Amino acid sequence: MRQAVVNDDPARGAGQRYLRFGRRGAPPSRWISAGASGATHRLDLGMMKEGCAEWEGRSNMGRMLQTLESQDALAAAMSPRDLFLQGFRYMLLARLMDDKMASLYRGGKIQGGVFLGRGQEALSAATGLALRKGDVFAPLIRDGAGRLAFGEPLLDAVRTYLGSPLGPMRARDGNVHRGNPRHGLLPMISHLGTMISVVNGVLMAKRFKKLSGHVGAASIGDGATSTGSFHEGLNQAAVEKLPLVLVVANNQYAYSTPNARQFACANLIDKSAGYGVDGHEVDGTDLQACLQTVGQAVARARQGLGPQLVVARLLRLCGHGEHDDGSYIDPALKASPLGRDCLQVAEEQLWRQGWADEKATRRLRQELAQLLEETLAVVQREPAPDPYREDWRPLAERHLMERFENYPALEAM
Amino acid sequence: MSVTYLEAIRAAQARALAEDERVFIYGQDVGAFGGAFKATKNLAAEFPGRVLDAPISEDAIIGAAIGAAIEGMRPIIEMQFADFSLPGLTQIVNQAATLFWRSQMPCPITIRLPSGGTSGGGPFHSQSLEAVYAHFPGLIVMTPGTAEDAYSMLLEAVAIDDPVIFCEHKYLYYHCKAEALPSEAMPVGKARIARAGRDLTLVAYSAMVQDSLEAARDLAGEGAEIEVVDLRSIKPLDTDTVVASVARTGRLLCVGEAWPWGGVTAEVVARVAAEGFGLLDAPPQRLNSRDTPIPYHPGLWTAHRPTVRSIAAAARNLLRM
Repeated sequence: MRQAVVNDDPARGAGQRYLRFGRRGAPPSRWISAGASGATHRLDLGMMKEGCAEWEGRSNMGRMLQTLESQDALAAAMSPRDLFLQGFRYMLLARLMDDKMASLYRGGKIQGGVFLGRGQEALSAATGLALRKGDVFAPLIRDGAGRLAFGEPLLDAVRTYLGSPLGPMRARDGNVHRGNPRHGLLPMISHLGTMISVVNGVLMAKRFKKLSGHVGAASIGDGATSTGSFHEGLNQAAVEKLPLVLVVANNQYAYSTPNARQFACANLIDKSAGYGVDGHEVDGTDLQACLQTVGQAVARARQGLGPQLVVARLLRLCGHGEHDDGSYIDPALKASPLGRDCLQVAEEQLWRQGWADEKATRRLRQELAQLLEETLAVVQREPAPDPYREDWRPLAERHLMERFENYPALEAM
Repeated sequence: MSVTYLEAIRAAQARALAEDERVFIYGQDVGAFGGAFKATKNLAAEFPGRVLDAPISEDAIIGAAIGAAIEGMRPIIEMQFADFSLPGLTQIVNQAATLFWRSQMPCPITIRLPSGGTSGGGPFHSQSLEAVYAHFPGLIVMTPGTAEDAYSMLLEAVAIDDPVIFCEHKYLYYHCKAEALPSEAMPVGKARIARAGRDLTLVAYSAMVQDSLEAARDLAGEGAEIEVVDLRSIKPLDTDTVVASVARTGRLLCVGEAWPWGGVTAEVVARVAAEGFGLLDAPPQRLNSRDTPIPYHPGLWTAHRPTVRSIAAAARNLLRM
């Protein structure tokens, strides 16, 4: 007869024993903090601080991108130019990654789906860049740029898309459902709006722990503003006066549903008054504007001024996912200022400001593409997950797992 | 001096708050008011800033608990009624229950569900949802049937590194007592032989343990020795203790207050049939509430759920098989 409850810890013998509460693990007086062990990591951006001239001659960018550095140095005052250059770089890397993932998906190399951030990179990068060590970020499906800017290693992103067991989700979850909660990057679930209150909880915990000066950011789209979770989450943050920055990418469509079928208020920013929080509007196609507005919102939250709602106007420049050609998107919107490609706008701004010339941005593009290829080459050589060696226990308390009688039969798969 | 099941729950929370500064309580009306059932009475005053009133937002309440757990806290959530946990279902089963599997981040949250029927409760204040939660991988589901277990298992729930659904029965709040708070307890996942017998195994959990014990006492007067097994937790479910009991008695009756379709009693019967078929002298039986919403009128309600009389009747039938 099989063991219903596997009790492999001799300290937890069957039968009577003393209540173990309060005597387990670390002394209760010590915090076991998710973030205590390590810095929130960032990509090494040293080259960005030097400006575009330094983009050249960097042969080992892969190593550099995998080099995790405490971002204290980064948090030091950064000139608008440096910030813009960083933002552009993350936008570009995210765009290149999106294009590559889309191509792999069309080639049948990626299962499930691929969800692109095309047209939303400026807002996303600005959000990631406004955050720092100790902050928490709940990105959504179009936040490749923001994730990288927050510190997600490119390798983690590629591994998750390709289902590598070495990735942070270990092939158990894929594509955009990745994160590293120990470093403040929350792995999103698909149910829109639900990550807002999870960020709230992290912020409440920081308050319990008397850690101040930290903010949390959550990304959502126009569609998610219709969910109950959005309402509950934003209201909860307002009641608790939490340093939450809720960034709404109003990209005009939720899958195929246009805003006219999503909400009836004149402007989503009007909701901020209803919840009693600060509201900020921004042109989501303009990196400069996004850096400024999101930066301001984050700074206000950090100062203790309560939740901040940011609504960015932009247009999704692709379908919902790569399975969707987005044929329903109104051509008039595409031709409007909303339809500008934020990456192109940012590149032109770089040239116009004299912060980089065409040659430098072309070179950067080549180098990032090369980095991406190298990362892919690494991941594509990694083994697939082995179902026979998988740990099929979804509990941290492994001894509480049940074993069902017919599990051995599954091994005949 | 005796302690009620409700007082045991309050005492366990007070001890958890006192012994571990990572613990806090969050729920509707749990603060100065002390909770709809007074399970957090005076705790807000005893532990300032750590017993927080929440808006009526079950989704956000659970979501915040998950976030706090990620940041190292060990929240205790009070849902005002088990029925009202359903607006928070997604956060429980999709967020909390999947977090460790997906990201290796433990999610130590305890969600207290005041469960089960009381006279006049009606369709939306009486539900027993343990089977719903037990269906989802990644959750522990506790169903204490005694005041001692209410105390020790709630402390265990807070100490466990996974999300725990703590189904506390509202009828037992006042009607079930212990002589004193326990200093020892069985481990979670271990069922208890609540009464020894050799003629029939009566498996129950939560309030049905008390009704089953009473039915067993009645049947003892008729010469039948009924063994009552208190499951204590339904996930994990201690099949070994159940099958070992059936090996002694040859007969199985499983009783649950929840609805019959696909629930705990079906699970117990399935396991005994699959793993202890040769031990059975009669077809395994189960008794649940009727397959309707829970009625308001006490007369209807009493006829809706298993009672001492109907449990005894089902046991008599099985003994005759």
